[in-house]
Amino acid sequence: MARLTAGVGSSHVPLLGVAVDQGKTRDDYFGPIFAGYDWTREWEKAEKPDVVILVYNDHASAFDMKIVPTFAIGCGEHYKSADEGWGPRKVPDVEGHADLAWHIAQSLILDDFDMTIINEMDVDHGLTVPLSMMFGTPEKWPCKVVPVAVNVVTYPVPSGNRCWALGEAIARAVASFPEDLNVQIWGTGGMSHQLQGPRAGLLNREWDNKFLDMLESDSDAARWIPHIEYLRETGSEGIEMVMWLIMRGALGKKVKTLHRHYHIPCSNTAIGHIVLEPAPA
Amino acid sequence: MTEAAKPAADIHAYLAELEDIPGTRVYTAARARKGYHINQFAMSLMKGDNRERFKADERAYLDEWPISEEAKEALLKRDYNTLLDLGGNVYFLSKLFSTDGLSFAEAVSTMTDMTFPEYRDMMLKGGRSPIGNRSIKGGY
Repeated sequence: MARLTAGVGSSHVPLLGVAVDQGKTRDDYFGPIFAGYDWTREWEKAEKPDVVILVYNDHASAFDMKIVPTFAIGCGEHYKSADEGWGPRKVPDVEGHADLAWHIAQSLILDDFDMTIINEMDVDHGLTVPLSMMFGTPEKWPCKVVPVAVNVVTYPVPSGNRCWALGEAIARAVASFPEDLNVQIWGTGGMSHQLQGPRAGLLNREWDNKFLDMLESDSDAARWIPHIEYLRETGSEGIEMVMWLIMRGALGKKVKTLHRHYHIPCSNTAIGHIVLEPAPA
Repeated sequence: MTEAAKPAADIHAYLAELEDIPGTRVYTAARARKGYHINQFAMSLMKGDNRERFKADERAYLDEWPISEEAKEALLKRDYNTLLDLGGNVYFLSKLFSTDGLSFAEAVSTMTDMTFPEYRDMMLKGGRSPIGNRSIKGGY
């Protein structure tokens, strides 16, 4: 059977992709950010996941305002890197795992999560930056990816509780997939940042770290954080952290922290990164 | 047997709270409706051909869209705070940043009361503090 072996949380700031693509990852500005991912890159080489369920948000690349799915799952065979206005990032195409994705999609719908099915789309920095952070610059990505796209732009976005419960349902779906696969789930976006209006540039080191502490604990208190708290404390785009709750919800009650990293700033944003594995209850 | 229904969230109270954050326009359904064509215009700049046509004659390109005169003026002036008021969303407007060859941080800084070097400096020093920036009514 497929096994959900670990969860990874990571920011997906587009500038990190630029740093990778332009070979600047060890300069004075980016060095301290990327150093915090060195441990994870080595760990991923040893772990060799077959599939990553990658929870992210599309930034007006695959979806425009014509259709706004709250939760969507990529069931396609492959995805190309999106042109976000600068030309597509020159990264390998992303290979899907259509069998697992369709299995999860069907299971989730029977489990009361009314997913939108995506057969074709391009994937933007929300998905490709985390791949670069965790795997560097290979010729081909070392695993298959099941994209899970969450609306965190048009309000109301899904509640933390709903995201957590979706994670729990994804874990049940993975556990019932007959093939023996090593599966990870990644929650991406955040941490504190605001990209709009006179309050732009807001960062909150204290709150972000409190959130990381909550993810490490046995408690599911983080699922009850209301939207207004993310908005007030972490900036309008800090709401992306609800996507980390899908990852955390999938890991079960107890987790073990393998790695944690926090750095301010990257462009407008606070960088957070955590690696967790499910622990026996 | 049916389970007791969860009490419905109060959408009015929820939306009212979203308006209580200083210097912030949360992208609510009301803004999304108002700014629909502004954002779809911005999306059109994802295509290289459209970017070229827009750059060649911005006014003429904008006139092809059912956008208010106020919004067209704001787009021509790159007045992003006004565009947020008119229902623009930053992820869509960012297609205009990249058409202009502006980094996200530089474009974002134009919405604050700082120059780009001042804004960059603030970020390097730990960013804008949430203290006093959380609530209009509460002032905390």
